[in-house]
Order: sequence, then C-alpha cells, then structure tokens
Amino acid sequence: MQKLTRGELVRKAEELLDNGEVKHVLGWRAGEFDYDLTPSVFDTKDDIEANFRFDDFCGPNFSKYLVKKTRELEGKILVFLKPCDTYSFNELLTEHRFDREKVYVVGIECSGMADIFKIKEIAGEGISKIEPDGEYLSVASLYDDEPVKIKASDVLEERCINCKSKKHVVYDELLGEEGEEQDSGRFEEVEKLEKMTSEERFGFWKKELSRCIRCNACRDVCPACTCEKCVFDNPDSGTQNKSPATTFEEQNFHIIRAYHVAGRCTDCGECSRVCPQRIPLHLLNRKFIKDIDSFYGDYQAGQEAGQRNPLIDYTQNDIDPSEIFGGAK
Amino acid sequence: MQVNNDTEKDYKPLIVAFCCNWCSYAGADLAGNNRLSYPADVKIIRVPCSGRLNPLFVLRAFQRGADGVIICGCHPGDCHYTTGNYYTRRRMALLFSMLDYLGIERERTKVAWISAAEGQRFAETMNEFTSQVASLGKNKRLEDLRCKN
Repeated sequence: MQKLTRGELVRKAEELLDNGEVKHVLGWRAGEFDYDLTPSVFDTKDDIEANFRFDDFCGPNFSKYLVKKTRELEGKILVFLKPCDTYSFNELLTEHRFDREKVYVVGIECSGMADIFKIKEIAGEGISKIEPDGEYLSVASLYDDEPVKIKASDVLEERCINCKSKKHVVYDELLGEEGEEQDSGRFEEVEKLEKMTSEERFGFWKKELSRCIRCNACRDVCPACTCEKCVFDNPDSGTQNKSPATTFEEQNFHIIRAYHVAGRCTDCGECSRVCPQRIPLHLLNRKFIKDIDSFYGDYQAGQEAGQRNPLIDYTQNDIDPSEIFGGAK
Repeated sequence: MQVNNDTEKDYKPLIVAFCCNWCSYAGADLAGNNRLSYPADVKIIRVPCSGRLNPLFVLRAFQRGADGVIICGCHPGDCHYTTGNYYTRRRMALLFSMLDYLGIERERTKVAWISAAEGQRFAETMNEFTSQVASLGKNKRLEDLRCKN
C-alpha cells in the first residue's frame, strides 16, 4: 500500500503543467487490467485526470524512456521517479544519454510494489479488479464471488523485499518523505548459490534458464541497455535472436546480457519484474555487483552522476583472474 | 590430419589460446625455436593485445566446440599499449567468476601472463593447461549443438 496518493501526484503534475515549467508528463496510464499499467506520456490535464494511475503496480522505471522521449518531444518533461529509479537516472546521465536540462524530476516516496505473479498464486487466475483497502489489497476474480483480501506486504516484489535504498539520489522536488539507504539482504541468495557445488549450480541454472523464451523483455526494459544497435540484433554476431533450442543458447544470451551491464547495473530489478517466465535474472546481475564490490571495492552504480565504472578503470594491484572462483567446487 | 574427437579413447581436448602479438605470440615462437614441445591441440589465435579480447570471443570459442580457452598477455605493467592487460585482467576476472557461478568448470578457462622471452614458460603453461582440461573431458556445459559439424 502506497503512502503517497494518486491525488498528490496528479496535483503536482497539473501545477507544473499550469505554470509552464513542463510540457509533458511521463506517468503510468491505466491499462487493460488493474495490475497492468503502461508507461505513457500525458500532455493535457484532462488526460491526466482521466487516465493517470498511481498504486501498488507502478513498477516501471521511467529512466530509460527519457532517452527517447527527450529527443522526440519539445519542451521539458516531468518524470516521477521512485528511489531505485533515481539510480538508473544518474547512471544514464553519467553515460550522457539525455539532457538533464530537459527533465524535471519529482522524486516520489515508495512503499514497495506488488508482484502480480504472487497475487495470482493466492487469488488464482481471472483477476477482474484489485483495490487497495488499508494495508490489504482486495482482489476480485471472475471465479470467486467474494474478493480475496491479501496483505500488501505479503506480495511485495522480490526487489522491494530486498530494497537497497529508499533514498532518492537525484531530484528537483520531492513528494512524500525521504527515506534512508536500507540494509538489505540482497546478496544472500547469491551466497547460497556460491556454496553449492559446480554440478548443483549448473543444474540450478539449467532449470531456470531453460524456461527462457528469448522474448528479450529483460533487455528491452533494462535502463542500462540503451545501445542504439544491440549485439542480439546483429545477424553477424553469432548471438542474434535465435529460438532457445539448446542450453547454450540460453546461457549464452544471459551471460552476455548480464555482462553488458556489469558495473553499470544499479540493481533496479526491472529484468526480473518483466520476465514472463519468472527467471531470477537479478541473481546474475547481483553476482557481478557482489564480485565488483569484493574485488575492486564497494561500488554502487548511479550513486552519483559522473562516477567511473570499475570496468573502465584499473589499479596496478588488481586481483589476478587465476585466483578467482565464482563459487565452491 | 583429421583429429577424431568423438571416441573416448582418442579424446584430445581442443584448446583455444588467444595470444598477444607482442609477448605470448613471440613466446610461442621462442618455444618453437628452442624445440620445446607443447600439445598440438592448442590452437593459437593472435590478437594485437590481450585487451582486444571481447569476452564474447571466449563464449564463441566454447560455442564452437573448444574444451578450454586460455588467454595469454604481457605481464601486468609490461603492456605494449601501456594499460591493455589491466583492463583484460578485470574483464576476465568477472567473466570467469560468472562462468563458474553458472556451473561451467572453472578449470576450462585461464589467463596467463607470458613475455616474449619466456618460451619455456609458454610450453609449460600449455602442457599444464591441456592436461588440466583433458582431465575434465569434453566441454558439454557450454557447447552449441547447432555448431557441430
């Protein structure tokens, strides 16, 4: 359940449109279902009044949209960013992917977003309506007469359970209260995997990655993946979009995807959120983050704009690859 | 000569060695000049600097049926281009760690620093690495069936 209300966001958006500070608003538009919101650009107050949404399903991270939208649209864009989104925003600024002057950032307090897969596990299929009800979500479905009450904190997304920070690292204005960086257990699962034997790890990943359907949603949504031309779209690369017919194909894709964002991944968790097959992709990204932290010193991508990514940096006494193992034997 | 990799009896590992033009490649030359022997299963690919290596090259080698990949560069501090191998060191550290994390045997990958004067060391490293990979057997965990034949 969000502490911040839709009304506050709408008021802020309308106020900034009215005084001419911004021309467009990047926000969440009502989709076909209550849990399926679409990132969208709003230009008029009427549109915002009718279609703007803010609730427990506002997962999408808008940072990546700014890359295209700041080029396409004339005038300043208002964007609502949750704390984790602000890290991606900074990272994109570091890479000069858009003009900071063209964006007005309103940081919003976030109480954690709900995972529709977890809700479906409890309430079943055919969900017709989801309404917040205090600390609970009231979930009505086609096949049940009475709506099911689910505690919002029981169906949080994985990234929100292991939230790394409730503090905005960049904003022009803040709605709601500023939080603190969190002491999260986000590397616990990585450590668990590292303790397995090589054989077990291979089994684990084979099972997880064999579900991959190569829909590329993880790449498309990733705020760090903003190349104009992607290696997966290049027919000469040997890694172009193929049906995942062999274990190699899946592993290859996921290693490359995770490697391409190594050192730039802010751990926003969008990849795991959008995966239709529920593959725990964050475990690959977090492995890189954990390795970078332990080999080259703590580094949080997006903490500040203009940081130097550890992979384009070196020291003379770096650890030698021969001393490195990714886990137990 | 056709090398038959299919039967267990004459199994010979296929090793891809990426060698820096300025050091290890010359080191291999020196090993040859000195009549030092190292396994013929090692296929050398010359690169202008170990920093030329895209981590994808390593994956591609495995995809195409390599059983082990070794990357040879100048000793840290001795790079012909001053800093190339420092970057490789970081990149490969992360890549190898990730491959191990995914359950691909750690012993199939290696980085060795070999200078142009170290023919002996080149031969030793290759002998050692080849027998290490041979003891693991064929690479099954990271091979693309479509790339067979």
